[in-house]
Amino acid sequence: MSILVDEKTRVVVLGITGGEGTFHAQRMLEYGTKVVAGMTPGKGGTRHLGVPVYNTVAEAVRDQAATAAAIFVPPFAAADAIMESADAGVRLVVCITEGIPTFDMMKVKTFLRGKPVNMIGPNTPGIISPGKCKIGIMPGHIHTPGTIGIISRSGTLTYEAVQQVSKQGYGQSTAIGIGGDPIVGMKYIELLKLFRDDAGTDAVILIGEIGGTAEDEAAAYIKAEFPKPVVGFIAGQTAPPGRRMGHAGAIIAGGKGTAQEKMEALSAAGVHVAASPAEIGSTLKKALSGRR
Amino acid sequence: MKIHEFQAKQILAKYGVRVPRGAVAEQPAAAKDIAERFGPRVVLKAQIHAGGRGKGGGIKVVTTPGEAEVLAKRMIGMTLVTPQTGPEGKVVKRLLVEEALDIGRELYLGIVIDRAREAAVLMASTEGGVEIEKVAAEKPELIFKEYVHPGTGLLAFQARKLAFALGLDGDTQKQAVKFILGLYKAFEGSDASLAEINPLLVTTQGDVLALDAKMNFDDNALGRHPDIQAMRDLDEESPLEVEASKYNLNYIKLDGNVGCMVNGAGLAMATMDIIKYSGGMPANFLDVGGGVTEEAVTNAFKILVSDTDVRAALINIFGGIVRCDMIANGVVKAAKALGTKIPIVMRLEGTNVDLGKKILEDSGLPFSMATGMKDAAEKVVAFVR
Repeated sequence: MSILVDEKTRVVVLGITGGEGTFHAQRMLEYGTKVVAGMTPGKGGTRHLGVPVYNTVAEAVRDQAATAAAIFVPPFAAADAIMESADAGVRLVVCITEGIPTFDMMKVKTFLRGKPVNMIGPNTPGIISPGKCKIGIMPGHIHTPGTIGIISRSGTLTYEAVQQVSKQGYGQSTAIGIGGDPIVGMKYIELLKLFRDDAGTDAVILIGEIGGTAEDEAAAYIKAEFPKPVVGFIAGQTAPPGRRMGHAGAIIAGGKGTAQEKMEALSAAGVHVAASPAEIGSTLKKALSGRR
Repeated sequence: MKIHEFQAKQILAKYGVRVPRGAVAEQPAAAKDIAERFGPRVVLKAQIHAGGRGKGGGIKVVTTPGEAEVLAKRMIGMTLVTPQTGPEGKVVKRLLVEEALDIGRELYLGIVIDRAREAAVLMASTEGGVEIEKVAAEKPELIFKEYVHPGTGLLAFQARKLAFALGLDGDTQKQAVKFILGLYKAFEGSDASLAEINPLLVTTQGDVLALDAKMNFDDNALGRHPDIQAMRDLDEESPLEVEASKYNLNYIKLDGNVGCMVNGAGLAMATMDIIKYSGGMPANFLDVGGGVTEEAVTNAFKILVSDTDVRAALINIFGGIVRCDMIANGVVKAAKALGTKIPIVMRLEGTNVDLGKKILEDSGLPFSMATGMKDAAEKVVAFVR
C-alpha cells in the first residue's frame, strides 16, 4: 500500500510547457503516473506531451478531474501557483520549486489552513509510491514497491537511502521529500501519522538535517504514538554554525538545530539512529530483524 | 545576505524608522566634515559585518571634529579583532560617523522568523545593550513577544502592547509604537530574515532611535530587491565562496584537507559527515545542485582544487537523471586544464555509470573509483594519511 499518491491519483502539471516541466512531466508519464492535464496561463486549448493544457487549474480540475498538482513554476510565481491549486480543489499540491521566499511560504501556509488540501515541499524532489505514481523528479528506476516508508528533507540523500534499502531487499511503500526550506507543507509528524495507519508500511526511515526543530518534534510524537520501527539519519554533523548549508532551512542558528541534538532526541524516542550515511540500509535491517 | 550597520540604517530611514543623524566616512577628512555637521560630539563606528566591535576598539566617542579626524585616521585601515571576527580580524574600510546622543535607557527590539510557528516574531526587552541570548537564558520574563499573522502583518495593538510592556509612556510610548510598526514594515518590505535593534535608545529627552541596527535578508528573495543586492560587500566573503556564487554553486570553506564535491545539499552534508567518520577532516562543503551540468561540474572542480589546503578530493555524484558520463567529462576536462596532481576518488551512481567510469579510467589522470559512500570515504582519507 501507500500514502497520499497511488494509481488513482490524477495529476495536473503547472508549468508543463516550460523546460523543467516538460522534462519531468515526460518522465512522470513514462513512469506510469496519470498526468491528465497541464496548466500554463495563455497556453490553454493546446496539447503538450499528449496532454491537454489549460489556462487555469480550476479548468483542469473541472475537465480532467485532477486530484493533485505538481508545481514546476519559477520561484516568484510558485506561491501563487500553490494557492491557485488549493483554491481549485486539488487534494495534494507537490511544489518542486527551490528558491521561494520565506514570506511567500508563510502566506501560503496561512492561505491553506482549513482547506482540505495537503502540500508537499517546496524545494523537494517530490513523492513516489513505487509502481503506482511518481510526482516529482526522483529517478523511478532505483525504487521498488515494498513496505518501507521514507520521509526526508533531502533529494539525492534520499536516493542514496532508497538504494541502500533496496539493496537490503526492502522496497518502499511511499517515499516523500518534505523539502529543504525553513517553511514547508507536511512535515514528519503528519506523514508518520499516515504511515502509522497504512497497513502496507512496516517501518519508516526518517532523514533529517541541521536547522529547525522538526526532527525533535517528530521524536516526541514517535515516543508517544508511533508503534512501528523508525530508522533515522541526520545530515550535517560536521556543519559549522551559522552557515546555510545549501538548503535554505539547513542552518544552525543561535546554537540551535544541531545534528547532535536531533540525533539524541530521536535516540531517546527509540529511533534506530545511523551515525554514518552508509549505514542507513544496514540499520534498517537490524531494526527489522530485532522485531519478534 | 548580511549588510553593514550604515546600510541597515539607510533602509530603516526609508521606512520612517528613526536613526541617529550621521554619514559614512572613508577618509579621515570626511569624518571631520561629518563631525562639523552633526557634532561636535560624534561616535565613530567601524563598519564590519561582525558584532562585538566595541570590545575590539571599533566604536569610539570623540568630542571635537579635530579629534574625529585623528581617530578616523587610526581606525580606517585598522584590523579590527572582535570575539566574532576570529583572531585574524577584519580590515576596516569605512566608518559610520554619527551624532553622539544622551543615553537615557537602552532597550532591545528584534524580529526573526519563528520556524516552528511559521510566522515572524517581534521580541522586545528592557535589557538592551547586552546579548539577548544571555537575557533569554537568565531573565526570559524580561523578553516580550508578539507573533505576526502573515495575512495581516504587525497590528497597531501589538506594537502598543510591546511599548507599554517596556514601561514607556507619553510621547515616548507613541514614538516607540511608530518605530515598532515601521521596523516591521521594513522587515517584511525588504524580505528580511532578521532585524535587530540593540540597543533601541530612549534619549534623556525621551526620543526613540535605533542606536545600532542589524539586518539579514532572505537569499531567496534578493532577486526582487536589486537595491539590497547592491549592498553586498564582497570583502566580507571568502574569495572562493565569491567565485562559487558566480556559478550558482553552494560552496563553504572549512578547516580540513579532504575536499568534496556532491550533487545535492543533504548528500553533500552527509559526505562531509562520512569523511569525518572515516577519520578525515572535510575541507569544504560544495553542492553542485541537483540539476548539474557539465559546465557546473567543471567550474566546481576548479574551485575545489583552488583551495591549497585540499590534499585529496572526493566526488560523490548520485546522478538519478544526471548522466554520469557527462559528470566524468566535466571532471576530466577540468583536471586536464588545471594539471591536477592530487588524488581524486570518484563515486558515481545512476544513469550511464559504466560509461562514466570508463571515461575516468581512460583519462590517464589519478582517479580512484569507489563503490558506495563508505568505500569512497575510506579511500580518500587513506590518501591524506
